[in-house]
Amino acid sequence: MKKNKGIIFTGFVIGLISVLLVKAGNPGNMGFCIACFLRDTAGALGLHRAEAVQYVRPEIIGIIIGAFVMSIAGKEFKVKGGSAPLTRFVLGFFVMIGALMFLGCPLRMILRLAGGDLNAIFGILGFLSGIFIGVQFLNKGFSLKGNYTLPKTEGYILPSVAVILFILLVAFPSILLFSEKGPGASHAPIYLSLISGLIVGVLAQRSKLCCAGGIRDVIMFRDFHLISGFLAIFIAALIGNLLLGQFKLGFVDQPIAHTDGLWNFLGMGLVGFASVLLGGCPLRQLILSAEGNIDSAITVLGLVIGAAFAHNFGLASSAQGPTSNGKIAVIIGFIVVSLIGYFNIEKSSEVEIKEAVEIEI
Amino acid sequence: MKYKIVDARGRSCPEPVLMTKNATIDNSNVQVIVDSSVAKENVSRFAINAGYKVDIKEEKDSFILTLTK
Repeated sequence: MKKNKGIIFTGFVIGLISVLLVKAGNPGNMGFCIACFLRDTAGALGLHRAEAVQYVRPEIIGIIIGAFVMSIAGKEFKVKGGSAPLTRFVLGFFVMIGALMFLGCPLRMILRLAGGDLNAIFGILGFLSGIFIGVQFLNKGFSLKGNYTLPKTEGYILPSVAVILFILLVAFPSILLFSEKGPGASHAPIYLSLISGLIVGVLAQRSKLCCAGGIRDVIMFRDFHLISGFLAIFIAALIGNLLLGQFKLGFVDQPIAHTDGLWNFLGMGLVGFASVLLGGCPLRQLILSAEGNIDSAITVLGLVIGAAFAHNFGLASSAQGPTSNGKIAVIIGFIVVSLIGYFNIEKSSEVEIKEAVEIEI
Repeated sequence: MKYKIVDARGRSCPEPVLMTKNATIDNSNVQVIVDSSVAKENVSRFAINAGYKVDIKEEKDSFILTLTK
């Protein structure tokens, strides 16, 4: 239990900050949403032209910089990559397609439930099912193979991009695109968002919090460490929402959500499935990318390009519900992720385990 | 003492734990080599839960975890 303290504290802080960010201007139940915020940032850069969702979210910048600084301070900054990068890009792409079908990453899914949005229940059931499917592939020997040490400079690129984005946001906003109405126009003050991101980045880096990993570890190893953080987010956000009057129980008229249960289920199912094969949810990928994990940085790029495609080709859902293009994309996603799962099953793990070798200690 | 050797360097989460799980299935003593602190934490948490004593040695960029019952 003592070992779980750090991650429970992290979960609590993330839950509370998320509620406060909504109070300060972020869209409903969207104090944090890694998928939505990457999508908004892609929009601000003109990678898609959905006018309602364009804004450089300082939370994302804060998370990257917070995790980067913390990993250097804790001597955990290690620049590595080369573990099936393009496969990871594709998995990241389809995580985003699934997330924008549901309208949220796993973190926002839990925040939606904590705000009383019962549609999230279908998302959670889908997420659990997706993770369960992914775990079957892991148990069969799914692996994206090992990574390698890369030049240090490689690891500085993403944090540098984050800093440049922030400079653009505060000093040269005219070259970026900003929503005038819609979710992209709802946001907390820039510095409050940035500081919130920094705190979450620091804590999530220290505690290794991961939404997909929590459920995966319970299924695979009966290990409740990671999931305790996930539950702490829910409890803190629930209490915060009740105290601030932001809690509204029901299915209809929930902020940035639709009521199509089947596609909420399938969207998050795809997110869970692909996230388990990647080894972590979008938040965890973002944190890892800041600690020098280039494979995760490629995954984040996959998420960003996935968001751009989702809006350029009408795949993303809206409050009116899913689109037929989006449904096709989610089905394609399941097929592609299954094929990736199948073709990356290692025939045998014997190579890795040498029986009873004498070792001097 | 005899050990099984699990080299999980370069493997990302949760593979090191899964490899350790497979190696400890018959309760044998195992040495696990990992190269990230998250893998170190995950493997030792798993091993302790499975009733092992865990000894951790840091060597250059790697951690050697000796799991004994």
